Amino acid sequence: MSVRDKAYIVGVYEHPTRKADHLSVAQLHAQVAKGAIEDAGLSPSDIDGYFCAGDAPGLGTMSMGEYLGLNLRHVDSTETGGSAPIVHVHHAAQAIALGKCNVALVTLAGRPRAAGAALQLRPPDPDAPELQFERLYGPATQNGYAMCARRHMYEFGTTSEQLAWIKVAASHHAQHNPNAMLRNVVTVEEVVNSPMVSDPLHRLDCCVISDGGGAIIVARPEIAASLKRPKVKIRGMGEALKHGMGGKVDLTYSAARMSGPVAFAEAGLTPADVKYVSLYDSFTVTVLFQLEDLGFCKKGEGGKFVSDGNLISGIGKLPFNTDGGGLCNNHPANRGGMTKMIEAVRQLRGEAHPAVQVKNCDIALANGIGGSLAARHIAGTCIMERV
Amino acid sequence: MSNERKIPSPVPHPETQAYWDAAQQGKLLVRHCRACDEAHHYPREICPFCWSNETEWIEAKGEAEIYSFSTMRVGPAPYTLAYVTLAEGPSMMTNIVDCDPSQLTIGQKVKVVFRPCDDGKLAPMFTP
Repeated sequence: MSVRDKAYIVGVYEHPTRKADHLSVAQLHAQVAKGAIEDAGLSPSDIDGYFCAGDAPGLGTMSMGEYLGLNLRHVDSTETGGSAPIVHVHHAAQAIALGKCNVALVTLAGRPRAAGAALQLRPPDPDAPELQFERLYGPATQNGYAMCARRHMYEFGTTSEQLAWIKVAASHHAQHNPNAMLRNVVTVEEVVNSPMVSDPLHRLDCCVISDGGGAIIVARPEIAASLKRPKVKIRGMGEALKHGMGGKVDLTYSAARMSGPVAFAEAGLTPADVKYVSLYDSFTVTVLFQLEDLGFCKKGEGGKFVSDGNLISGIGKLPFNTDGGGLCNNHPANRGGMTKMIEAVRQLRGEAHPAVQVKNCDIALANGIGGSLAARHIAGTCIMERV
Repeated sequence: MSNERKIPSPVPHPETQAYWDAAQQGKLLVRHCRACDEAHHYPREICPFCWSNETEWIEAKGEAEIYSFSTMRVGPAPYTLAYVTLAEGPSMMTNIVDCDPSQLTIGQKVKVVFRPCDDGKLAPMFTP
């Protein structure tokens, strides 16, 4: 059993807001759901499967399913942090392949910026077994990823200037996105001279904090065939967990090392076939890890790979995050997976901004890392094809 | 007070009470599995490597090497988060204290010290 060719992404929508002062979390989820179902050309009554994660209010599929007036026969509130929308698309494709639903809605939305709660909206769970061995030491998101960057630098000679190229590429793309929070093109020097947040990561190595969200509609092939939008087919998907391994800590790779090969095998493709990548860029270093772990370059050679504009559309060999990504565009609900999927779909449809549209973009990959790169996290990999 | 980082006191579970009791005595415990002869961290009753219940507390020497570290520059006061690899095998998250962060290096030898959390409870940290 495989999800290859069993499901299509027929609708996507990204909320234009970056600061939702006057919108509730439920409203944001509803507005992106409405946008995606209209993009697909389907009706809300066609939706029979619903997927959302911990960013959804209340009891997730239950609370939002009621708010949206949905009639559901399949629900899934799998929580994997920022990779959840990609994992949800995987699970939606599985459910569709098994006949458990026909049209699946995936939503993600939040307003951490308006709420003034940058990185933690809910108190930590005292029953989480790791909490008492970590929280007192102050593992903020930034210093965890910084430890990964430092170890990578130590083992492979990666430099801050090389990491900066990832931000530079994102900024080149964001200048064309009117909704992006940071539209100024930046240089390597500006990145490495920006204030140190947690060494070796600078302020411009970090993604933005924004409100907003997005939604995806996944449907079975016969339904996709009846719609007018360009066809985006799921070719292969993977998901994997990486954690502290009982103390055998290794901060030089991510769970994408496991999820990527599964997705490529299912797709019957290799990294050389991929024309565009959306990689969850919580930090510059997160992109570097994913490029290596997904096989776009060898482990340890990511720094060289990203240098000299290699990720810039129209200049480099592997355009990435052509909406500006989390580094420049947005990071709704502190979760990057949804917007990664949406921009990949835009590229495959030929609907990215003309200045960043990849020519003949027939195969795209989206990858997310949810949780912390420096501790437990789950990667989701989605390889899609325009047909 | 306002220029100090808050250090929330750990809330032990029944499974880990001995670890925190020992810390109050200035001892660092590690959980060791008699079945597979592996030590792990954080400590569990059931070994995460072989799922045996034959796990026991051993007292660590308190010697370690820095695996990676980062000094947080935003917030009330800088502090250094690290993973250190214990002589007994496992790596653990901790803070490096009583040091000049700019002089720290990966591979550097450090030793355990016990420092108070906000409520006075002692927690293991490391120093060069």
